Amino acid sequence: MFYDVAIIGAGVIGSLTARNLSQYNLKVALIEKGNDVACATSKANSGIVHAGFDAKPGTLKARLNVDGTKKMADVCKTLFVPFKEIGSLVVAFSDYEVETLRELYQRGITNGLDADSMEILDRQALVKLEPNISPDAVGALLSKTAGIVCPYELTVAAAECAATNGVEFLRNCGVNSIKFENDMFILSTEQGEISAKYIINAAGVHSDDIAKMIGDNSINITPRLGEYALLDKSVGNVVNHVIFQCPTEMGKGVLIAPTVDGNVIVGPTTVEVDNKDSAAIAQDALSNVFKSANKSVPSISMRNTITSFGGLRAHDVTSDFIIGSSNANKKFINVAGIASPGLASSPAIADYVLEILKSIYDGELEKKSDYNPSRTEPVKFREMSDEQRRELIAKNKAYGRIICRCETVTEGEIIDAINSPVGARDVDGVKRRTRAGMGRCQSGFCGSKVMEILSRELNVPINEITKFGGKSDILYERTK
Amino acid sequence: MNSTLKYDLVVIGGGPAGMAAALEAKKNGVGKIIILERAETLGGILEQCIHTGFGLHYFGEELSGPEYAHKFIELVEQSDIDVKTDTMVISISKERMVTAVNNQDGFIQIDATAVILAMGCRERARGALDIAGSRASGVMTAGAAQKFVNIDGYMPGKKIVILGSGDIGLIMARRMTLEGAQVKMVCELMPYSGGLTRNIVQCLDDFDIPLKLSCTVIEVHGTERVEGITIAQVDENRNVIDGTQEFVECDTLLLSVGLIPENELSKQIDIDMDPITSGPVVNEMRQTSLPGVFACGNVLQVHDLVDYVTTESQIAGLGAAKYISNPNNDDSRYAFTKGGDGVRYIVPQKVNINSKEEIKLYFRVADVYLKSKFVVSVGDEVLIEKRKQKFAPGEMENATLTLEMLEKIKENDEIVISIKER
Repeated sequence: MFYDVAIIGAGVIGSLTARNLSQYNLKVALIEKGNDVACATSKANSGIVHAGFDAKPGTLKARLNVDGTKKMADVCKTLFVPFKEIGSLVVAFSDYEVETLRELYQRGITNGLDADSMEILDRQALVKLEPNISPDAVGALLSKTAGIVCPYELTVAAAECAATNGVEFLRNCGVNSIKFENDMFILSTEQGEISAKYIINAAGVHSDDIAKMIGDNSINITPRLGEYALLDKSVGNVVNHVIFQCPTEMGKGVLIAPTVDGNVIVGPTTVEVDNKDSAAIAQDALSNVFKSANKSVPSISMRNTITSFGGLRAHDVTSDFIIGSSNANKKFINVAGIASPGLASSPAIADYVLEILKSIYDGELEKKSDYNPSRTEPVKFREMSDEQRRELIAKNKAYGRIICRCETVTEGEIIDAINSPVGARDVDGVKRRTRAGMGRCQSGFCGSKVMEILSRELNVPINEITKFGGKSDILYERTK
Repeated sequence: MNSTLKYDLVVIGGGPAGMAAALEAKKNGVGKIIILERAETLGGILEQCIHTGFGLHYFGEELSGPEYAHKFIELVEQSDIDVKTDTMVISISKERMVTAVNNQDGFIQIDATAVILAMGCRERARGALDIAGSRASGVMTAGAAQKFVNIDGYMPGKKIVILGSGDIGLIMARRMTLEGAQVKMVCELMPYSGGLTRNIVQCLDDFDIPLKLSCTVIEVHGTERVEGITIAQVDENRNVIDGTQEFVECDTLLLSVGLIPENELSKQIDIDMDPITSGPVVNEMRQTSLPGVFACGNVLQVHDLVDYVTTESQIAGLGAAKYISNPNNDDSRYAFTKGGDGVRYIVPQKVNINSKEEIKLYFRVADVYLKSKFVVSVGDEVLIEKRKQKFAPGEMENATLTLEMLEKIKENDEIVISIKER
């Protein structure tokens, strides 16, 4: 198969980049090792849109974070992805730490944030915003432009938009080697040979391995594991903002934040690991997470945990994003080292990559006349009014059958998720697109029903349905 | 369908609790009754419990789960009780307006004189446990595995470890063995099993499956499918004893680590909840703090025997019938029950001392007690004393307050049950 551009890695960066390229008359492949988009770093991170005061001035991180966060609301609105600009608070626990807040404020100004988007609060003002904050908190840096977004929903939405505009999504397509012959890259993949004039390397924790395939040894990813706990919706508004702790010599501490879906996320830990393919969490991970979280909000309790998970951050030894044409081959663009604030920066990164491609492209990129920047708005039964539900079910009875009782997800929504332009192929894929199985019972009741629907819609035997592709089988042979 | 339906009684849940409650209400003269059930059939969790052991108390014979359920399903079918299956209640209001959806009628609203909550319970999932490791496939609750094997006819694993020795875990140890899987062990965090003694004998001992007490699973290994687990012994404070860690090769970890009443709907109408049972606070007729709303079965308290569910639900059905015939006639004066030493909880939490019938109190003990007795008392006065060879948290106990005893109890008295040495 021949393509103008092959994007390796269908995380949030690869998918938003694919969407960006799909505005042009280009044949683009979005190549993914896993069975779905957003199945590594983009599925398991904090979901925070950082304001941009944290990154070191002058770095790519600083520039793209500030720019990305500015663009986030618009991108999310166009793609029907919930984004909430709830603001963040960096909490100080001593007068010494209040000094650090002032430094962060100044750094924010240097990085290009508006002065009136930030404010240093005393304890009284902080308690007014966050009644459950620790009695030891003495003040905070409020940043009004910070927000929350669901990282995998953004990725799915971007990939769907890209696919609608002609990008081909190739799953289970791990890249084994890359040759460059006659001005063309030849990728040897799990799905056979693929040729492309340009490559965009958005392979996350594996971006250094991919770069090495063309002889580029400049990237060095040391994956960092972050462990999280997700709390039941009943804990709901224990915090109203993203709560950070003032960084100390002991580390950054964990954050506590509402999620766009009404849960509370607590984490992450930071553990350097050597296995890029395992986000297994350590023993005591949860107790460490809560020990740190209780410094900010003492009432938060491990008892309300509905699930815990780990995610790998693609940290480069330089601590900055590595974005640009490779010195080994100009037609190979690295988009690597996208650790925090990668999600916040993602819309700006995608724009920056497009600029780079334009600058090296042979000829002019030609815009499509029929480009659609959006996607089909997904049905969310749980968020509808009774009147909307009544109308919806009257149109299609499948929306009257509730499959996931904890999150109120209907059969219609699951069918939509499977049949969408970049459809779900496994149980986790349905879960990320619809929230079926994300509630307090964690798919105890709906797991088998979701498998039945997948089996029916994809026309494969139920025991071939996996949790997340590969060998993650759920059922074996028939009973006796 | 846009018009609001009107029913005397709406029963939410068509498992053993909902069916028994509806039938008893019907027997006591309630006119229009409807059962709303989210599964495709009536019967609830009994439909997947194909083992026997049901009905010994209530029917005096040993039945399988489906057999037990079908005795009630037949009675419901013969009656004029309406049933809607594959129907999910999405909300209820304090005015007892029930909103449900299904793929036949679409959006349904029912104005009910009385409501019986009989939604059952769910299993605690992995997320509630602090188990390290990956999210590999092959970790599921014992009940989910039971559905795959007994209803769908597929094996969810070949080499199994079960964490938790509750009854479902024990039953599944036997079931998976009979289907040809290798059940390596059942691990139990506590120093005693939470299951019925008969299940330990019939499901583990008879198949030489080891029961490891004071033992838990601390890590799951494998990236795609489970490849093994690490188990460890725990001390009396349930902390892992270092040095006792041991790797066990397996492809499946089944969890039987507790059941949680499904009270999300109950919470929508702000009824008083008991933090110990995780169910509503009820009186002797199983009426909740909101008049006209009753609760029975596993939504009220987690039962070990369906026979007790039936009995409890009949009380709720009768209570609802009385309420419907005369909603405003409440001359109740309440005394309150309280778990004393060694007793975790008592249901009902309050009893009408004007009751014309004797009242049975159901309770669970907090630990295993040998050669002890339970004592029911009000102030200094002992009402009941009963000796037993063994009390265990897995077996529900009961004590009956006779009319004579009720006469001695005054309004707002505390009726205490405690375990004492003898």
